[in-house]
Amino acid sequence: MTEPPRLTVVGAGPAGLAGALAAAARGVRVTLVDAAEQAGGQFYRQPAPALGARRPQALHHQWRTWERLRDALARHRAAGRITHLTDHHVWCLERESDAGPVTVHALRGPAQEVGVTVRADAVLLATGGYERVLPFPGWTLPGVVTAGGAQAMLKGGLVLPGRTVVVAGTGPLLLPVATGLAAAGARVAALVESADPAALLRRAPALAAQPGKLAEGAGYAARLLRHGVRTLARHTVVAAHGTGRLEAVTVAALDRDGRLRPGSARRIPCDTLAVGHGMLPHTDLAETLGCTLSGTAVRVDAEQRTDVPGVWAAGEATGVGGAALALAEGHIAGRSAAARLHGTTPDPGRWAAADRARTRLREFATALDDVYAPPAGWADRVPDGTVVCRCEEVTAGQVRDAAGTLGAGDLRTVKLLTRAGMGWCQGRMCGPAVAGLAGCPLTAGRRPFARPVPLGVLAALPEKE
Amino acid sequence: MTKRLTCDVVVVGAGMVGAACAWYAVRAGLDVRLVDRGPVSGGTTGAGEGNLLVSDKEPGPELELALLSARLWAELAREHGAAIEYEPKGGLVVASTAPALDALRDFAAGQRDAGVTAVPVDGGRLAELEPRLAPGMAGGVHYPQDAQVMPALAAAHLARASGAALHPGQAVTGVLRTADGTVYGVRTDRGEIHAPAVVNAAGTWGGDLAALAGVRLPVLPRRGFVLVTEPLPRMVRHKVYAADYVADVASDSAALRSSPVVEGTAAGPVLIGATRERVGFDRSLSLDAVRALAAGAVGLFPFLERVRALRTYAGFRPYLPDHLPAIGPDPRAPGLFHACGHEGAGIGLAPGTGRLIAQALTGKAPELDLTPFRPERFDTDGGDAR
Ligand SMILES: Cc1cc2nc3c(=O)[nH]c(=O)nc-3n(C[C@H](O)[C@H](O)[C@H](O)COP(=O)(O)OP(=O)(O)OC[C@H]3O[C@@H](n4cnc5c(N)ncnc54)[C@H](O)[C@@H]3O)c2cc1C
Ligand SMILES: Cc1cc2nc3c(=O)[nH]c(=O)nc-3n(C[C@H](O)[C@H](O)[C@H](O)COP(=O)(O)OP(=O)(O)OC[C@H]3O[C@@H](n4cnc5c(N)ncnc54)[C@H](O)[C@@H]3O)c2cc1C
Repeated sequence: MTEPPRLTVVGAGPAGLAGALAAAARGVRVTLVDAAEQAGGQFYRQPAPALGARRPQALHHQWRTWERLRDALARHRAAGRITHLTDHHVWCLERESDAGPVTVHALRGPAQEVGVTVRADAVLLATGGYERVLPFPGWTLPGVVTAGGAQAMLKGGLVLPGRTVVVAGTGPLLLPVATGLAAAGARVAALVESADPAALLRRAPALAAQPGKLAEGAGYAARLLRHGVRTLARHTVVAAHGTGRLEAVTVAALDRDGRLRPGSARRIPCDTLAVGHGMLPHTDLAETLGCTLSGTAVRVDAEQRTDVPGVWAAGEATGVGGAALALAEGHIAGRSAAARLHGTTPDPGRWAAADRARTRLREFATALDDVYAPPAGWADRVPDGTVVCRCEEVTAGQVRDAAGTLGAGDLRTVKLLTRAGMGWCQGRMCGPAVAGLAGCPLTAGRRPFARPVPLGVLAALPEKE
Repeated sequence: MTKRLTCDVVVVGAGMVGAACAWYAVRAGLDVRLVDRGPVSGGTTGAGEGNLLVSDKEPGPELELALLSARLWAELAREHGAAIEYEPKGGLVVASTAPALDALRDFAAGQRDAGVTAVPVDGGRLAELEPRLAPGMAGGVHYPQDAQVMPALAAAHLARASGAALHPGQAVTGVLRTADGTVYGVRTDRGEIHAPAVVNAAGTWGGDLAALAGVRLPVLPRRGFVLVTEPLPRMVRHKVYAADYVADVASDSAALRSSPVVEGTAAGPVLIGATRERVGFDRSLSLDAVRALAAGAVGLFPFLERVRALRTYAGFRPYLPDHLPAIGPDPRAPGLFHACGHEGAGIGLAPGTGRLIAQALTGKAPELDLTPFRPERFDTDGGDAR
C-alpha cells in the first residue's frame, strides 16, 4: 500500500469544510487548519462550548446544513482521514518547486508564539474574507464596531454588543446582523442602508433564478418588521457623536448621485453602531505563493484551481458571494483536488449540481455587488481631520496631501509617505478608505506575512542548502 | 496632439537620487522637470532603508562621496529634518570575536586617515552605548557620523520643495538625439520634453535608459529583503551591525550573505536589513533570507526573539560591476548625464551626487574627482559582469 496523498485545507468555514469533506471521502488524507477554536468560519461561527449555549441554532439559519457538515467532520476525524488543527494561525505558505510539497507555516495557540509546520502534496485556500469599513467623523469612538464584529460577538460569545444599536453601511450582510441583534434582545434603532435595495428587483434576470434568495429576503423583511426595526434606505451615517463613548449618530438621506439631501440630517441616539460596507477576499497567502489575482480576489478555473500547480482556492477568497456559494466552490475544489492527487482527470459531470449552484450564485453575487456599492461621494465627505488609519493615526488630510503635491500615486506610495497601512492590521482595515481618498485603485496589498511572526520563530526556520 | 515642453534639464527618475539632482540643479539656477513613469519614491527608494553610512565604506572615492553627502544631509536636515525623519544617531559596529575585532579596528584606522570619526569601544563598555546588546561581544567601533532618514519621505519632500516641475506617471520612451548625436530631450508616453540636458536617475533601470540613448551602462539588480517589527519604545539607539557586513559589501559572491543592520526608527518599528542576493528581478518571498535576518538580529539583540515581525519587503539595488555609481556627463552622448548605480548606498550618496551633477550641468569644476565614476568606464576595462 502506498501512502494516501495529502491535502492541507486552510480555513474551516463553509468552503474549507466542504472541500475537506469531499477530498477525505475520496481517499485523501486532509489536514484542516484554522485560527478559530472550532470549525464553522464566519457563517457557522460557534459559541465556545464552555458557554453552554442551549439553542445556538436560534442564531443561525441553515442549521441543518451545518449539522451535516459538523457530523461528517466528526466521522472523518474519528476515522483518521481528517486532522483538524484548531487555533493554528497560518502566516505563510511555501512551495519550493512546482511539483514539490507545500509547506504551511502556522503559529499555535492564542498567543500565537509557537511555530508549527505542516507539509502536504497540495493545498486548498479557503481563508474567507474580511469586512470593508469606510471612515466618517467619530468612527473610532468606543461603541462603533464592524457589522461582522457585532455578529461574531453574538454568535461566538453570546453577548450583546450594546443595548440600542444602529446597523449601518451597505450590503446584504446588514440584514442578518440587524435581525440577529434584534432577536437577541437589542433595540435596533435603525438599519441605515446607503443603497436602494429596490434596485435589486430591477435586476430581474439574475433574481428570477433565485427563488430561494427572494424568500430569504422576504424573511428578513418580515423579521425586521416583527422587531420594529426601521429601515432607512438611501441613507448614510454622516457622523458618530459622543464624549469618550458613542452616544448618537447623525444620518442623512442620499440623492440619486450619492450626495446628501440638504435638510435631511437627523440624530439617532444609540450606544452601539454596527457598520460595514461589504466584504473583501483574504488573498495574502495566495499572493505570496504567486497565485494570480483578478481584481482583489484569487483567480481560479472551473475546477477552483489557481494558476499555481497544487494550489486550489474556494469561497470568499475567490470572490464574495455568501455561504451557499462557498459550499459549492469548496465541494468542487475538494473533488478536483482528490482526483488530481490520485493522478486522474476529474469528470465535472459528477459535480453538475454544485456547478449549477455556483453559476447561479455567482450571477446573484454580481447583481448584489452592483447594487450595494459604497455611495458615490463618500470620500469627499470625509473631513481632513478624520483618522483613516487607526493603527498609525493617519488622517484623511495627510492621505490627500501625499496623493496630491507629494506625488504618491498608488496605495504603496501613499503608505510610504503617510504610514497608513503600516501598523498591526497592515492596511486590511484602512486600505479601501485610503484608496478612495487618494483616488487610486484598491489593489490587494502584498503581505508576505499573513500574521505577525515572532523573530524567534523566523530564526528557527530550517536552514536550506 | 502631443504637447511639447522645454526646460533646461530633464531628470528621469523621481527616486532619492533624482530628487537630489533636481534640488541642486534648481539651486544652481536651472529650470528642471522631474519625470517618473510611476509615483514619486515608487522605485528602490521606496523599497530600501535609510541608513546614511560612512562606517561601511573603505577609503576611496565612495567614502569621499559619502563624507560630502553626510555634510550635505546635515545641511538639508536644518530645513527638512523633521519631515524626512533625519536622525544623526551614529553607528555602532560590533565584533563577536577577537580576530574580527582586530580586523574591524584596522579598517577603522584606515577610515580615520580618510577623515572618518571612528571611536574604538571596548567590549565592556558596549552596554553603555547599547544596553540591550547581547553580552560577551569582543568590542566595537562607534561612528558618530552615521545617520538616518526615511527615504520615501526624503525623496518626496525634496522633490516637492526643490522647485522642479513634477511629472509623475509619465514614462520616458526615448532619448532624443540630433544627427550628430547630441541629446536634446526625451520622448515620453505623453509628449516630448525638450532640453539641452537629460539626467539618467533611473536607478536599477538606468541601463535601459542609457540604451534608449544608444549607450551601454551595465546596471544590474541586487535583491535585498528587510524585516520590520511591531512598533516598540526606543530599545535600539544606534545603527548596530556585525563586522562581517563590511566584507560583504565588496564581495563578489552571488550567494546569500546576511549582515543585518538593526536600528530603531522614529515611528517605532525596528528595521532589520538587508540581505544581498543576485537573483534578477525575482520578488517572491525567500524564507531563507528572512530567517537569516531574524537569526542575525536576535544574535545581536536577544530581546528581539519575542518581538514580532509585521512585514517584510524586497527591493532591487542598482549595481555596476565595480560597485561604484555612474556620475557625470557621458562623452558618448553629449547632453546626457548619469546619476545611477548607487547599489546599497543610494540614499546616503544622493546629495553629493546631486551636487556633483549640478556642478557638471553648469560647467563648474566638480567638488570631487569624477574619474572613478565615469559612465563610459565599462567600455574599455571589460568590467561588464553580464
Ligand atoms: C456579518 C456577516 C453576516 C453574514 N450573513 C450571511 C448570510 O446571512 N447569508 C450568507 O449566505 N452569508 C452570510 N455571510 C457571509 C458568509 O459568512 C460567508 O459567505 C462565508 O462564511 C464564506 O465562507 P468561507 O468558507 O469562504 O470563509 P469563512 O467562513 O470566512 O471561513 C474562513 C476561515 O478561514 C480561517 N482563516 C483565514 N485566514 C487564516 C489564517 N491565516 N490562518 C488560519 N485560519 C485562517 C478563518 O479563521 C475562518 O474560519 C455573512 C458574513 C458576515 C461577515
Ligand atoms: C533592501 C534594501 C536596503 C537598502 N538600504 C539602504 C540604506 O540603508 N542606505 C542607502 O543609502 N541605500 C540603501 N539601499 C539602496 C537605495 O535604496 C538605492 O540605492 C536608492 O534608492 C537608489 O535610488 P535611485 O533614485 O537611484 O533609484 P529609484 O528609487 O529606483 O528611482 C528610479 C526611478 O526611475 C524611474 N524610472 C525608471 N525608468 C524610467 C523611465 N523609462 N521613465 C520614467 N521613469 C523611469 C523609476 O520608476 C524609479 O522611480 C537599499 C536598497 C535595498 C533594496
